[in-house]
Amino acid sequence: MIPPRPASAPRPDLPRFRHRHLLAISELSADDIGLLLDTADGYVAANRATTGKGTTLAGVTVMNLFFESSTRTRTSFDLAAKRLGADTVNMSVATSSIKKGETLIDTALTLNAMHPDVLVVRHPESGAVSLLSQKVHCAVLNAGDGSHEHPTQALLDALTIRRRRGGIEGLTVAICGDVRHSRVARSNIHLLTTLGAQVRVVAPPTLLPSSVERLGVSAHTEMRAGLAGADIVMMLRLQRERMQGAYVPSVREYFRFYGLDQDKLRAAKPDALIMHPGPMNRGVEIDSTVADDIQRSVILDQVELGVAVRMACLDLLVDRLRYDRAAGRTDR
Amino acid sequence: MTALPQPPRAYIGARLIDPSQSLDTRGGILTASGRIVETGPHVTAELARTAGAVIVDCRGACLVPGLVDLRVTTGEPGEEHKETIATAAAAAAAGGVTTFACLPSTDPPVDTVEALEFIARRARGRKGPKVFAHACVTRGRRGADLAEMGLLAEAGAVGFSDGDRAVADPVMMARALAYAAAHDRPVLQHPQEPRLAGAGQMHAGELATRLGLPGIPREAEVIQIERDLRLVTMAKGRLHLGPVTTREGVEAIRAAKARGVAVTADTAPFYVTLTETDVGDYRTFAKLSPPLRTDDDRAAVIAGLADGTIDALTSDHRPQDVDSKRLPFTQAEPGMVGLETLLVLSLDLVHRGHLSLPRLIAALTDRPASILNVPAGTLRPQSAADLLLLDPDRPGRIAVDRFHSKSKNSLYDGRPVMGRVLRTVVDGRTVYDAPDD
Repeated sequence: MIPPRPASAPRPDLPRFRHRHLLAISELSADDIGLLLDTADGYVAANRATTGKGTTLAGVTVMNLFFESSTRTRTSFDLAAKRLGADTVNMSVATSSIKKGETLIDTALTLNAMHPDVLVVRHPESGAVSLLSQKVHCAVLNAGDGSHEHPTQALLDALTIRRRRGGIEGLTVAICGDVRHSRVARSNIHLLTTLGAQVRVVAPPTLLPSSVERLGVSAHTEMRAGLAGADIVMMLRLQRERMQGAYVPSVREYFRFYGLDQDKLRAAKPDALIMHPGPMNRGVEIDSTVADDIQRSVILDQVELGVAVRMACLDLLVDRLRYDRAAGRTDR
Repeated sequence: MTALPQPPRAYIGARLIDPSQSLDTRGGILTASGRIVETGPHVTAELARTAGAVIVDCRGACLVPGLVDLRVTTGEPGEEHKETIATAAAAAAAGGVTTFACLPSTDPPVDTVEALEFIARRARGRKGPKVFAHACVTRGRRGADLAEMGLLAEAGAVGFSDGDRAVADPVMMARALAYAAAHDRPVLQHPQEPRLAGAGQMHAGELATRLGLPGIPREAEVIQIERDLRLVTMAKGRLHLGPVTTREGVEAIRAAKARGVAVTADTAPFYVTLTETDVGDYRTFAKLSPPLRTDDDRAAVIAGLADGTIDALTSDHRPQDVDSKRLPFTQAEPGMVGLETLLVLSLDLVHRGHLSLPRLIAALTDRPASILNVPAGTLRPQSAADLLLLDPDRPGRIAVDRFHSKSKNSLYDGRPVMGRVLRTVVDGRTVYDAPDD
């Protein structure tokens, strides 16, 4: 048995995160979310300054394990870890042994034996990241699992809204598009309702999940009604294979009824913010004049704040890990 | 299944329950040469001594026919690491089951006389529970061409089933029902419309939405059931549906029975003791086909059992090894082992006052035996001495590590239960004797 790596000291100045892993927003309280957002806020400025590498996570190994292709999210995590001074390793499915038939559990145990401190995991199956977290000693950060959750996306969306609007409570947020298959929608629904926003989901009936109202949202199939008086319009990405007859008859029909253009946007508040998790399908779910409207579109803010949010998540998870190790708790 | 000569044996001082004779009385059973000689209140110590029988004092425990299980999946052939016929038989004996019918959903599937004879060979010569087999409705369970149903029936197939794949094509199903009827066999249909179920992983509802798993709507069950209820009338066949899991499914069968449709149905203890919430945080042991449903469905299925709409309880035994379950939910295989928990879980319905003990025993013996048309599930004189001695009130706890089954995929580990199998007897021979604790 190889002993766990020597622990650096936990930071006394940081309130402690109550969770060993970040797997789902649905597990977090309003206080947990507040701590993550406050910490992230503190990193925004540092992230803009060109002061070189930080040292907060010096000596910490962050492994990005992506079973599903992604350039944006992985790059964002990689940058966040590097800016805090961590060592990063990127593993993607194409180069891993998953293709050779190794099970998820075996991969987890193999990586665990290399003693990473944080595993950032994306997987195409719902629940897979939680399953993996049960088998490793390190902190696990869910970078998106199937149609389940994508916690850092919801956190960066919340930080974007908070910095623009001063808070979340009392806002009306319309989440529009393929809610059925979207992990971004689920994480956002949990986060926004937890912080007291009114959440609506807007989608064609075929892309609304069963009993979605039970998650505390109202469901709309008519976009103008769904957008009426909204403070925030959050668009979701629609995969092309789903709009060629399977769920939606065609791309042009989808754009006609659910694409965000200036006309439909008039139903929302005049100063409503427009968000999109990217990558955008221009002319499918969002019109270019809306996406590029510098007064209202905060899509690039989201990307920028994504790095700060991921820095905060890594910082808090590693601090908790150091605390646990200092206390001698190294079990799973 | 010829029994060796044995001395006569008298089981006395029992509560005798035999729904096939509407019997519920204090009394005993006299057996000789593997068969029942006398059943009733008159079988006492005195009669036993006169007959020169070895006396087994049941001390007030219940003596009932050995249980008959309509649907058991083994891994033989093809997945012997999950379960062999021998390990399934050992599990059956421990669960009080003396007769069971294997599903043909093996690898390769049992769709030829040769495959059926392989099962018969593997089952022959053992002293344990009696093994029967269903054969496929369609070749390779592909739903396209009929298997050789006549030859398979002649070779001993007790029923026809494509396992957990419903026969989707209505033309094929109508022909299968008509053809099987000519050979006096039922067609067992998995009540789940495959295209509506699609890639579904669990009951469609709030929890599936929260977990981000594709759901299986309840309509997938009732649509399949209602279609087949019409087809069986058209084809003048015999239809058996199971496991039934939804309120709508139960109601459709109840209405059909009132019209006189030739249909029987079963469910499994999972569907009367668990609900979709048992999936919890992606617990793959709770992944079943059809999926676990809601509390309201559970109540409706119990009511269906109580009024006879659902004829039988089956273990729906489906062994899976660790590697088939320790996976992300969508990749995990469905099913749960059930042979060793069939009785103790079913007794819960009696303890909660939903079913009388005789009605429960009927659903586990007489009813499935008549659906399979096999000589089992009765204590009538001249029948095989297939018996179950049970204490319905003994408290205990389900311990998966004590299972005889090769696979341990059960959600019930550690669950407190009331009731215990004390002894299982096949052809007069004790095949399971409960260990003392």
